[in-house]
Amino acid sequence: MNRSLILKLFSIIFVLGAWEIGGRIPISFAFPTFFDSIVAFFNLILDGTMFKAYAETLKPLIVGVLISAVIGISIGVLIGLSDKIDWLISPIFIVMQAAPLAALIPLLILAYGIGLTSKVFVVCIMAMPVIVLNTASSVKSVSSSLKEMCRSFLGTKVDEIFKIILPASAPIIFAGLRLGISAGFIGAILSELKITPTGIGDIITYSRSIADYPSMYAAIFSIILLAVLFLNFLEVIELKLFKGSNTKHVND
Amino acid sequence: MKIFGYKVPLMSSLLLWGLLWEIIGRSKLTYFIPSVSEIFLTFLEIYKSDAFVQASTETAYAFFLGSFFSIIIGVPVGILMGKNKIVDDILLPWVNLFISAPLSALVPVLMILFGFGMKAIIITTFLFAVWIIVLNSRAGVMQINRSLVEMAKSFCASNIDSFFKIYFWAALPEIISGIRIGCIRAVKGVVIGQLLISIVGFGALFELYSANFLMSHFWVVIFVLFFMAFTLSEILAYIENKLAYYASNR
Amino acid sequence: MSGIVKVKNVFKNYGKVEALRDMSLDFPQGKLTSLLGPSGCGKTTLLKIIAGIIKPDSGEVLVNDQIVKGPGPDRAFVFQDFALLPWANVLRNVAFGLELRKVAISERESIAEKYIEAVGLKGFEKSYPHELSGGMKQRVGLARALSVDAKVLLLDEPFSAVDEQTRRKFQEDLLDLIKKEKKTFIFVTHSIEEAVYVSDQIAILLPRPSRVSEIIKPTNLKNKNPENIRRDPEYLDIVDKIWFSLKTYVE
Repeated sequence: MNRSLILKLFSIIFVLGAWEIGGRIPISFAFPTFFDSIVAFFNLILDGTMFKAYAETLKPLIVGVLISAVIGISIGVLIGLSDKIDWLISPIFIVMQAAPLAALIPLLILAYGIGLTSKVFVVCIMAMPVIVLNTASSVKSVSSSLKEMCRSFLGTKVDEIFKIILPASAPIIFAGLRLGISAGFIGAILSELKITPTGIGDIITYSRSIADYPSMYAAIFSIILLAVLFLNFLEVIELKLFKGSNTKHVND
Repeated sequence: MKIFGYKVPLMSSLLLWGLLWEIIGRSKLTYFIPSVSEIFLTFLEIYKSDAFVQASTETAYAFFLGSFFSIIIGVPVGILMGKNKIVDDILLPWVNLFISAPLSALVPVLMILFGFGMKAIIITTFLFAVWIIVLNSRAGVMQINRSLVEMAKSFCASNIDSFFKIYFWAALPEIISGIRIGCIRAVKGVVIGQLLISIVGFGALFELYSANFLMSHFWVVIFVLFFMAFTLSEILAYIENKLAYYASNR
Repeated sequence: MSGIVKVKNVFKNYGKVEALRDMSLDFPQGKLTSLLGPSGCGKTTLLKIIAGIIKPDSGEVLVNDQIVKGPGPDRAFVFQDFALLPWANVLRNVAFGLELRKVAISERESIAEKYIEAVGLKGFEKSYPHELSGGMKQRVGLARALSVDAKVLLLDEPFSAVDEQTRRKFQEDLLDLIKKEKKTFIFVTHSIEEAVYVSDQIAILLPRPSRVSEIIKPTNLKNKNPENIRRDPEYLDIVDKIWFSLKTYVE
């Protein structure tokens, strides 16, 4: 076992241990011990609540991400290919990127009520800007030498888009998707905590209201675990698929 | 892009969109989109009001405090991680964890631990910003050109001199870039915190306006927030450019 | 007749910069003509105009008495920075020109394999560009250009991105290639020795304004043994003469 691995394990044990101790002191009546939370976590899994909850939560997330991906990448490609579209549309996404989009959630609730639609909307507005901007910037920076080469060998504009521009931009588009999913996740959780209590957000708010803190922490822990595992999984795929190309500066 | 040969300035299409908005607003197409002029008039009405001023101050206060702590804690920790493998091994898994985690999920915990007020929001802001600052500071230190280090040694530079004359400047562009992204995240943190806690700052105003369907007021708040975020981002980008003219791979 | 290239009164400006002014030049069929000159004399611009990748502001280029309106099957280009698809292996890269011409996959792969062998890369068909050296990458680019069987081959400083030893080997291989393939070669370079070594005729281009200052035809070098050319008196004389006239244009 090399030193780095030992240190990592040590640090995890240290933090979990501190959690456990903190719960026993207790730091606050609302701070359960690590073990209590883990027990609650497994209870939620075993009685099926966890799965039902995630089925609810993941619905707007998956739908929202799919919509954002399809529309976002298409818009990004159009922006990358056309100066005029770039001038017209980029500023909107640039502003959206820097802005706290969560502020729009109350508005969406007013406009679309508290159902699936508004939750999907929330996921979309959180995920799209980063997807669009990354796609656009990678399409724009495709090596002009490659494009010239394609034309010199009689490639048509269609050939240029599908055989050169899209494959060349794929690494950054994928990275943008990954960031988009991460942002969409935040949107999904926010919409659950704020809009309607369903899914995992409901477990959090409900447990809190009945002072079942271990369950609340367990639910939060599960969200974080899921998000981290999934996003790291995507990173691994990204590295495997695109080794040999250099993913330069990816916009956050 | 060019029209009739004249270069059109960046972001000028926003004027076009603003015009479109005005038209839609005036035509009363939907209740939710009042015209830009109406929003502006409402802004003039309320920006002096107590509620608005208080909300703005509370938001600004939370934002600046949260960002401040994330910088003075994040930068040194990141630098330490970059220089020291042991510290890096211990801390990196946690930093990576928190960077990919949906931090909004943690807000309920913060609420019950720290109450429903300013403290929780400041901590939320801090948490949103600090991780990327740590990572970028670490990266800035790690990418310092080996030759510079060797050059310093060959001229018998003292540790203090090496740090202040060489390492600090070599790592600075990346650190500043991290601070910029961190501040933008801090804005998101301050807003999300207020949304979920809803008793302070703009969160309270949102509740008030939506309960009373005051659309114009609502949009005023949103515009103000967006405008602040965007201006902040541009200022930071400007500073970053000025300071980092020597950064190669930008 | 195939492969005769004529450039007539070509002008090309980039904003205020005049890249080519009233450029006229003929490239005899089946021979290798070099465009030699210091940077900024428009030689790459001229080459890309002949290839049809860039359009001239005025003037025309004729290939086999047909006016050039864009890229065509009669011309193939070898790029200075190789322009290989990083996500495709050598086989697909070499076959890419044929792929764009909608040639069936089995046919284009067998043609590609033939040329991969011809440039000495047999065994590397499944390798990827990032696994190859600079010299190997350029050979892929060359094989790709040869595969489409164009009558005119345009090479843009093809050996400038490789090391000196590889470059010398390439120059010798090029002489070999010219003997085998009966094509018209147009070759851009800024190396005097290289131009004199490989060319049937050398067009010396000077900048500001861009013009042909003279055309040199080394007479006897082609008949000599490639190993001995670099010490041949005629070779050395021509190299010196060209250097002398170009010296004043070095920045």
